[in-house]
Amino acid sequence: MILVRRLVFFAALVAFWQLLAMRHIWDETLFPGPLAVGRTLWGLIADGTLPDAVAVSLRRVMLGYLVSLVIGVPLGILLARQKLADETLGSLVTGFQSLPSICWLPLALLWFGLNDRAILFVVVMGSMVSIAAAVRDGVHNLPPTYVRAARTMGTSGLRLTTDVLLPASLPALMTGAKLGWSYAWRALMSGELLFVSLGLGHMLMMGRELSDMSQVLSVMVVIVALGLLADNMVFGSLERLVRRRWGLGTA
Amino acid sequence: MRGVCRRFEDVVALQDVSLEVFPGETVMLAGPSGCGKSTLLNLVAGLDRPDAGEILIDGAPIQGPGPDRSLVFQDGALFPWLSVRGNVEFGLKQARVPRRERSERAARALERVGLGGFEGHAIHELSGGMRQRVAIARALVMEPRVILMDESFSALDALTREDLYGVLQTLQAETGATILFVTHNVRESIVLGDRVVLMAPRPGRVQRTFEVDLPRPRHIDDVTVARAAQRVSNEMRGVPDPEEVVW
Repeated sequence: MILVRRLVFFAALVAFWQLLAMRHIWDETLFPGPLAVGRTLWGLIADGTLPDAVAVSLRRVMLGYLVSLVIGVPLGILLARQKLADETLGSLVTGFQSLPSICWLPLALLWFGLNDRAILFVVVMGSMVSIAAAVRDGVHNLPPTYVRAARTMGTSGLRLTTDVLLPASLPALMTGAKLGWSYAWRALMSGELLFVSLGLGHMLMMGRELSDMSQVLSVMVVIVALGLLADNMVFGSLERLVRRRWGLGTA
Repeated sequence: MRGVCRRFEDVVALQDVSLEVFPGETVMLAGPSGCGKSTLLNLVAGLDRPDAGEILIDGAPIQGPGPDRSLVFQDGALFPWLSVRGNVEFGLKQARVPRRERSERAARALERVGLGGFEGHAIHELSGGMRQRVAIARALVMEPRVILMDESFSALDALTREDLYGVLQTLQAETGATILFVTHNVRESIVLGDRVVLMAPRPGRVQRTFEVDLPRPRHIDDVTVARAAQRVSNEMRGVPDPEEVVW
């Protein structure tokens, strides 16, 4: 049912776009209609440019995201559990949160040069910090009785983390993971847009340089579609799973 | 199990409190808020340490939390990511009890609180009273020397609470469990307790101890219970006792 409503909405949107384009209010090269964009999109898919770019971008973002998760989740737990770490490292994390990740690009370029490592660094700096912050807040807000109950049942140390803190903060972890993903994706796009070759961001910029508005719009459509896909397929279903287990109702 | 004298200073939450609990006995810690009864329970649980004095269990001083003392919280503190079975088995799993023994013991504990067959349910599917039963089963399954209960029934409605009074009294009769129970509800302390330790605030201390020698099972509306509760309440408010009856 949701799917139907959504399809109807997008169909109406595209129809409206086509109508606007057919009125020729703006120059066709600056405002191509959905049919033109669709043709370009198909062409880019057929000649392999777009699938290649998607593959490159996805590989980069997944690698960066994975690294962010591996560092960010333990970091968040550490900050939530160790007062000293939170007072020192924690304020640094909060500070870095206010720093748009693309601000790391000049530094990364100087350190690593114009290559994939630089973009990976930017993605990780953007994503890891937001994951760590979300996990910290999640663990911090756990009912203290969980830990007390676990301790009276003989849990301590690492098992307290793996058997209680991690599963208990799963809803917060999901939020953090989702947030981290969107930060990683944005950081990657801005990075590719500015400097790094290959990938979707680069294709967007190519479109600009060639004054090919159809290509620009095609790539944007693909970026939005990938975002929706990740949200619905991966995070959506994981979140539903967690919410059902917790009895939080289905949103 | 033997509790001995201890003092706990911060705003003198407990001053020179001595108490002894015997095996198979249910001791109720009652009193107004701020009298240090929950602090005392936390000390026995090992979640907190006394500044002076010592607490012994079977002659050995308490070093920290341990499976010989199970705590039942006011809100149950059940883990929502685990099933009923997972919750009850949690402590056994931590103690590396083999799987088959775990599930047998969990089933037995759930049977005791009248929740046999609910093993597979999720926590959020249970009512407040059922959750508290699971919390009791979770404590019971560890076969502790003493079960510590911290306002365990305070968040429940009156009818559910009466159900649980029944459950707990059956447990007392069948298992001979030793229970140390904190409550601010004087009637509750009379229904459940073999002894009621009335505590007073500022500084937290034992004001008086009452022996409750009424036949079991007791009911919250029994006249004898009401009369006994009245005596404890009078003592708490500093009203002189009109009839020096021994019950």
